[in-house]
Amino acid sequence: MKIAVTSQGKELDSQVDPRFGRAAYIIVVNSDNLEFQVIDNDANVNAMKGAGIQAAGNVVNSGAQVLLTGNCGPNAFKALQAGKVAVSNNASGTVREAVKAYLDGKLPHADDSNVEGHW
Amino acid sequence: MIISIASGKGGTGKTTVATNLAISLSQMDVTLLDCDVEEPNAHLFLRPQMELKETVTTPVPQIDEGKCTLCGKCSEICQFKAIVRIADTMLTFTDLCHSCGGCMEVCPSGAISETGRELGVIEKGVKNGLKFIHGRLRVGEAMSPPLIKKVRKMAESSGLTIIDAPPGTSCPVISAMKDTDFVILVTEPTPFGLNDLKLAAGAVKILGIPCGLIINRSDMGDDKVKGFATDEGIPILMEIPFDRKIAESYSRGELIVESIPEYRKKFIDLYDNIQSVVTAGEADL
Repeated sequence: MKIAVTSQGKELDSQVDPRFGRAAYIIVVNSDNLEFQVIDNDANVNAMKGAGIQAAGNVVNSGAQVLLTGNCGPNAFKALQAGKVAVSNNASGTVREAVKAYLDGKLPHADDSNVEGHW
Repeated sequence: MIISIASGKGGTGKTTVATNLAISLSQMDVTLLDCDVEEPNAHLFLRPQMELKETVTTPVPQIDEGKCTLCGKCSEICQFKAIVRIADTMLTFTDLCHSCGGCMEVCPSGAISETGRELGVIEKGVKNGLKFIHGRLRVGEAMSPPLIKKVRKMAESSGLTIIDAPPGTSCPVISAMKDTDFVILVTEPTPFGLNDLKLAAGAVKILGIPCGLIINRSDMGDDKVKGFATDEGIPILMEIPFDRKIAESYSRGELIVESIPEYRKKFIDLYDNIQSVVTAGEADL
């Protein structure tokens, strides 16, 4: 399966970025062989508004089935839900560690956004 | 004529000046607009008889999924991600919508219609002949400029309009000051007052509106605010001292002109002073 992880860098050993909409990069990892593609989220980092919605669109288009991140606000959550992407919050460590934690069942899917919308 | 009262820093006395000026001039045709819609408080001092209350909305899009072809033109034009295509569904985020109508304009299949997002309420009242209008932003609504613009639209164009603006220098303040004839900047002689006064005076300058300064609690702090006013050529219109009697009347929700009647003349003089500045400015054009 494809797992999207918000990341501060472009490698599997980069640290997870706890922000979703304004994460530096989103790394989409194939859990079968650990091959990955990097989505540059630069355009959203300084977006005035709607960063989470745009980032969610990118994750949906990447074909990922789940997103691992630190926090996910209500608009992003709604968009991910529409794209049938599950969300697991509280991911930490490196991207590689987060993927492993998810596959080990340590990062359960969230039922709802875990932070308020921010302006 | 429209006079707006702004400050940069909050809590410097905008509402005190606005309410006292308005009530001092209530023999004339005056309307006071409280445009600090996030926390309006002029009514607490004025205690007007409210005559009308209406809920106001702003147009936001609604999608007819039956007609939508998922072409995505609406989400391309939307600068605020208020309407987006995710996989094979269109989503709207109406809280983000700025009501430009672009999505409806570009939709080739007529799938987008207009619905409303509640901005808040507008209340209209009267006190001793003074007309009063204020807006109260809906709790949870993030954008106040649309409501501020609606409050301003409700004022009659004849006579004198006095606008109590919100603090700061961002969009809500600009919405309250824009297209007014004169801005009264209210400040206090403290480092915080001066810092925010500089920002507010900068915004007024960009808008090209003549302005003057009122220094509240003028006998505390230092002389740096006066220095700034001199350097910038901003006239000091009035100084209100840090007077226990004023503080007491404020704490009881009373106007200064009610507890210290001598102030009525000062506020009338303030208006005459502003009127002569505005008239002189018009003569220059």
